Amino acid sequence: MELQINDQTITVVAEPDLPLLWVLRDLLGMTGTKFGCGMALCGACTVLVDGVALRSCVLPVAQTAGKKITTIEGVGTTAAGAALQGVWQQINVPQCGYCQAGQIMSAAALLQVKPDPTDADIDAAMSGNICRCGTYPRIRSAIKQAAHQAGQTK
Amino acid sequence: MSAVADDFAASHGLSRREFLRQLQALGGLLLVADGVHIAKAADAPKYGADGMPHGTVDNPLVFLTVGDDGWVTIVVHRSEMGQGVRTGMPLIVADELEADWSRVRVQQAPADEEKYGNQDTDGSRSTRHFLDPMRRCGAAARMMLEQAAALSWNVPPAEVRAVNHEVLHQKTGRKLSYGTLAKRAAKLPVPAASTLRLKTSDEFRYVGKGGVPIVDGHDIVTGKAQYGIDPWFKDMSFAVIARSPVLGGSVKQFDGNAATAAPGVQKVLQMPAPVPKATFHPLAGVAIIANSTGAAIAARKLLKIEWDDGANGSYDSADYRASMQESAHKPGKVVRESGNVDSALQSAPKTLEAEYYIPHIAHATMEPPCAVARIIAGQVEVWAPTQAPQVTREDVAKHLGVAAQNVTVHVTLLGGGFGRKSKPDFAIEAALLSQAMDGRPVKVTWTREDDLHHDFLHTVSVEYMKAGVGADGKVSAWLHRSVAPSLATIFAPNTNHEVGAELGMGFINMPYDIPNLRLENPEASAHCRIGWFRSVSNIPHAFAVQSFVSELAASANKDHRDYLLELIGPARKIDPNSLQDHWNHGESPQRYPVDTGRLRQVVETVTQEAGWGKKFARGRGLGLAAHYSFLSYAAAVVEVDIDEQGLIVVPRVDVAFDCGPQVNPERIRSQLEGAVIMGLSLALYGEITFKKGRSQQDNFHQYRVMRMNEAPADIRVHLIPATDWTVPLGGVGEPGVPPIAPALCNAVFAATGKRIRSLPIKDQAKRAT
Repeated sequence: MELQINDQTITVVAEPDLPLLWVLRDLLGMTGTKFGCGMALCGACTVLVDGVALRSCVLPVAQTAGKKITTIEGVGTTAAGAALQGVWQQINVPQCGYCQAGQIMSAAALLQVKPDPTDADIDAAMSGNICRCGTYPRIRSAIKQAAHQAGQTK
Repeated sequence: MSAVADDFAASHGLSRREFLRQLQALGGLLLVADGVHIAKAADAPKYGADGMPHGTVDNPLVFLTVGDDGWVTIVVHRSEMGQGVRTGMPLIVADELEADWSRVRVQQAPADEEKYGNQDTDGSRSTRHFLDPMRRCGAAARMMLEQAAALSWNVPPAEVRAVNHEVLHQKTGRKLSYGTLAKRAAKLPVPAASTLRLKTSDEFRYVGKGGVPIVDGHDIVTGKAQYGIDPWFKDMSFAVIARSPVLGGSVKQFDGNAATAAPGVQKVLQMPAPVPKATFHPLAGVAIIANSTGAAIAARKLLKIEWDDGANGSYDSADYRASMQESAHKPGKVVRESGNVDSALQSAPKTLEAEYYIPHIAHATMEPPCAVARIIAGQVEVWAPTQAPQVTREDVAKHLGVAAQNVTVHVTLLGGGFGRKSKPDFAIEAALLSQAMDGRPVKVTWTREDDLHHDFLHTVSVEYMKAGVGADGKVSAWLHRSVAPSLATIFAPNTNHEVGAELGMGFINMPYDIPNLRLENPEASAHCRIGWFRSVSNIPHAFAVQSFVSELAASANKDHRDYLLELIGPARKIDPNSLQDHWNHGESPQRYPVDTGRLRQVVETVTQEAGWGKKFARGRGLGLAAHYSFLSYAAAVVEVDIDEQGLIVVPRVDVAFDCGPQVNPERIRSQLEGAVIMGLSLALYGEITFKKGRSQQDNFHQYRVMRMNEAPADIRVHLIPATDWTVPLGGVGEPGVPPIAPALCNAVFAATGKRIRSLPIKDQAKRAT
């Protein structure tokens, strides 16, 4: 099966119903995308498929064939992704950091549709991503700052 | 270790070393179990880091290198789980070294306590125990560089000074870079600790400043950071395990044929039989090894296993709660007493009583337990997100039957720890499975269901309080019974009282100024794995005491803040021994008295900052709580906004915190922000229940944790500056959590008149109309 991951074509042999998460992590060694729940409840495994944030832990790999998959390893090539990664570091969002790849992917998808998100937009886009360390206030702040930066560079 | 302790160890089937280690892992040199004081050392007591296995090491040759290229590499031997230790510890070394932070690299130490000193990253201890040794490392290396420069220039060492990665000859203005001096300096003797010239606090460049970004920030946001779940090898196998759903249960028989035939499956095998005491042993079960974790998870569903549940198969948390409540209403073992409570209660014009409940809570680290192991030519390598590297090393060695020196434990980043990852059962599993695969690398991943079904849970607790109150509203008598299965039960299953390390967490060391007081600890037994969870027994104790103080204030028609300050009494330094707390977080009672002045100050600060006394419409209000734990002082004011349906919104939380001197204030703030959210999360939703010995919560839809849309957007942390750097450090990671649940429930009372005495709150906040 051929997958388009971070602008590269990658051939992989996998059961069609194997969740994309395990194709990335176990078959391809792309471990930036994290496992958290296996039921699309926590968002740690979030990737972009044709720009839409999806939970890769419940996404059969066959459904992603021919689509454009973006992971945390590749999101920095987009303006929004790079801005988010930069602000994330500037204000020290992460604590343990484990969920942050998923958080950034959800935030990147949000900024693509809402370049200047309100608090309600952030709640709607980010409430599927759990952070057990409790970095939510900083995530909210980082999204707003990144949106502001991206807006200025346009 | 005393003969009594030896007897205790023998009667519980523990080796002397294992027993000592376990005691120390609990952070308690003095353990009260089976009604006797044990492990009372004949020698002078050792405090702080000296009381921990392998103590501290302050040799700069162990902890840092300076390369010819000028890069300084600083070794961190404690585990990073979000508390910031990989930034904070090197910061201390770099500061004393007078290094330029932009030319500092951080390297994680493997498990090796003889080389690095104690590595048990728990008990809010890392900075507290290693500030001074790390300062000495940096200072010694700085002096070696200065010495090398002085030799190069043939001038007296007193004429040279290290400044920002260079050594300067003040008279001539000559400079030599650290890189240039590295080789020569490394050959010089390490100066003795007594000869070190430590910086004065006004000379600090980084310590106390907070301007340094976390060292793993870039790797985390780009997906490069390596957690325990991330090591990857081309020939790697991936495993999940079906574990006994009941503690102490075993596999009666299983049919693995369908699982073996499933796509990608390489092996199906039974895990070793369970042992009488849980300690950190893997649970009994059946493992599936496959070519991906997803394939293993799918195949596991095809296993047919018949379990023998054993003695805990009837554990029902609702029935157990009822039995604890019964115990809480009967006299129990007296653990502290002063005055005469019974007569004072009888003569009091008014009495007040209340009972509080805290359920089992699961850690639910976002990275579930997981580890990787491989064995090449008898050399075992383990990659694990472990808070206890040395324990992991020793336990893996023991289970594989190899010498500890043949086991290398690579400590990865931890995707959350909170105490769960102090127990290395998951790493032992990976090693056993690699052994079963002839040494091939195997990664074990716990699914979220595995995590919530087999956690070492926070204890469940019933706290009964009764007070006698005078006509002036003052407390004349105070009776508190704490009923909770002890975490010592994983080491000694017959333990039926809280141990010293649990009693000393906000129960017996409660410092209020009350003339007649009795604290009791009735018996309780454990039926699931109990382990330490961030803040440990402070959570139930603070919840009960801080809720009850609010109830007393309301009953006396007094302002909660004023009432609390009056109860704390005047500023004074209390010897913990006088409170029957002989544990004191393992620290010297002289160095670390309970300082009610500092407790008063956090209460005064947080109420002032939060605008205490503000008037709100019905449905809104402020709640206050304060708690001393891990040698730090914390107080919180939580604001709530509650609608008719009982939906609780928390718009703002203020926290005042005094941990003494602050090494990295930025990470202290982040820890407290996180503590607020974890505290709210457990108060609102956190609960694991049991039926037929089985945890009833499978995943995050049943074990809820706080999400973005529920979290307060406005958390204000007010750090109390230390008077100076001679004040000993308190802990940071844990003490922020305990005041949050009672402050929240006290706020619900202020907003609605409804008292919440049982957690989680769930829908209890519906307004009484």
